[in-house]
Amino acid sequence: MQKRGTRSRVPDVSLSALTAQVFTGLVLGGILVLLAIGLSLIFGLMTVVNFAHGSFYMLGAYVAFSVLGLTKSFWATLVLAPLAVGTLGFMVERFLIRRLYGRSPDDPLLLTFGLSLAMVEGVKLLWGKIGLTVDPPKQLAAAVDLGFMNFPVYRLFVIAVTAVVLVALWLFLQRTNVGLIIRAGSRDALMVRALGLDLNRVWLLVFGIGIGMAGLAGVLAGPMRGVYAEMGVEIIIDCFVVVVVGGMGSLAGAIVAGLLIGEIVSLTTFFAPKLAEIIVFIVMALVLLIRPSGLFGEAGLAE
Amino acid sequence: MIQGAFRRLAAWGAAHPIASFTVFFAVFPFIAPYQALATQVLIFGLFALGFNLLYGYTGLLSFGHAAYYGLGAYGTGIALAKLKVTSLWVALGLGLGTAMVGGVLVGFFCLRRRGIYFAMLTLAFAQMLYFIAFHAADLTGGDDGLRGIPLLPLALPGVSLSLRHPLAFYFFAYVLVVLAVAGLKRILDSPFGAVLQAIRENSDRAVACGYDIDRIKLLSFVFSASFAGLAGGLDALRLTVVPVEALYWSTSGQVVIMTLLGGAGTFFGPFVGAATYLVLADRLSIFFEYWPLVIGVIFMVFVLFLPQGIWGTLTARRGQR
Repeated sequence: MQKRGTRSRVPDVSLSALTAQVFTGLVLGGILVLLAIGLSLIFGLMTVVNFAHGSFYMLGAYVAFSVLGLTKSFWATLVLAPLAVGTLGFMVERFLIRRLYGRSPDDPLLLTFGLSLAMVEGVKLLWGKIGLTVDPPKQLAAAVDLGFMNFPVYRLFVIAVTAVVLVALWLFLQRTNVGLIIRAGSRDALMVRALGLDLNRVWLLVFGIGIGMAGLAGVLAGPMRGVYAEMGVEIIIDCFVVVVVGGMGSLAGAIVAGLLIGEIVSLTTFFAPKLAEIIVFIVMALVLLIRPSGLFGEAGLAE
Repeated sequence: MIQGAFRRLAAWGAAHPIASFTVFFAVFPFIAPYQALATQVLIFGLFALGFNLLYGYTGLLSFGHAAYYGLGAYGTGIALAKLKVTSLWVALGLGLGTAMVGGVLVGFFCLRRRGIYFAMLTLAFAQMLYFIAFHAADLTGGDDGLRGIPLLPLALPGVSLSLRHPLAFYFFAYVLVVLAVAGLKRILDSPFGAVLQAIRENSDRAVACGYDIDRIKLLSFVFSASFAGLAGGLDALRLTVVPVEALYWSTSGQVVIMTLLGGAGTFFGPFVGAATYLVLADRLSIFFEYWPLVIGVIFMVFVLFLPQGIWGTLTARRGQR
């Protein structure tokens, strides 16, 4: 994925270049979906807006760099780094966020803002101020000829992993008892408690899963976008746009809006590079005018 | 004896907030560690004051107040550096006007959603302005910042004062900030101010009482943006340059931190917070390169354990604000 705005001004509008750009959009969209779904899941269940979500994504990329250095195995890293980040997520919920339940929904946002500030600097302290580069694994480093264009295998792999994780999450939410409790809890927490279920443990789990997914997104994004301390705060703003467009708390909304924003950014980068950073906000403003509660949102959720 | 005198002084201060503010900041540059810090505290205190009107008193958490501070700074800076405006008053007025217009436009969009969405939307729109300023290099200087802002002498009836001396600039800012603080006090003590706090406490009930809360929230937003814009304009004069980071989300974060450290919803909290933040940042950055880490942790401790902030905690013990 090229950095936004580095494309030439006169686009070469051949079909294959355009298709490549659509695929690139799909990759960016996939990363955004992985982040936005976690953000949305956490919000739907606990009305916590996790400002530090992007910072856990950033941490995932850094941890992946170190785990890769230790294990020399990309596949081990792909599993271990998100687990490590998810574990940290458990601790953040248990020792920090939990103290704020029952207070204004602004308070967790403020707390996680402070956390993300501390994380950005902490990462610079531990890994250095200069960004790192991570190579994609050798097996995936080549480009594949899809018949009409060449495309890096690693990016196809990212799309595939995103799809697998989404299907797994969907099965978990729809087909398991814990998933049932999570869905019930996001509808009516009081009622679930009245039935004698311990929601604290569910919240802990959901927070950990959401953070783990953010970590995974960071692991996947590292080889494509580079690893640097500000990467998290940059992407969290795009994620906020995604959840506003999709409708906060709606998983379908997060998926559709994530892919939509990914494509819009990617295609704008192609046709009008200068607009690429601004277009997401224009889309957001339009959605707000036409459908304030978002594409899939229910009006009034935690307002 | 001394304690008794101190208590009487504090009681007088609480009864006459504007007078005590005026007196305190008149001597502040002489007791502050150095004068440049005193001017910074005034300007960022004013910025935080504007933020506090919206968050502390109306209950709307904006994560994008860099927008109005930045618009004020660019408005004033462009007027002086590009349009060659020859009056400081006109330049500051243009900065203030730009921030107000920005406040009306962004406020209109952001107030379509309430609660937590509002915070995300304000952040997103501020970031949009940052990217626009970043790319519109002809007008804003882009990444290099807007340079070449002349610090013109201040034209008053009959005299023209040079602001080159730091103390002269301090007292120029001081007069404007005192006027702004008195203006805010007036707003808060008016029936309008009471409605703002009613919206913060229970917006449904405010609606039931017959108030047009959408209009009132937008007004509060625009007032808040105006204070931030004035602060931005003053800062452009102080620095004679506007870095593009003025519009960046980190500037919005700074004013959130300042206000919460000092005490959101308290009248002087923003100034206490601005002073605390600036002194901390200044001292910490000398011996620790990663000082925002410390600020981040302190901020978390405040959110968790001292949500009323320094000033709020001090005055709550005395049973007054």
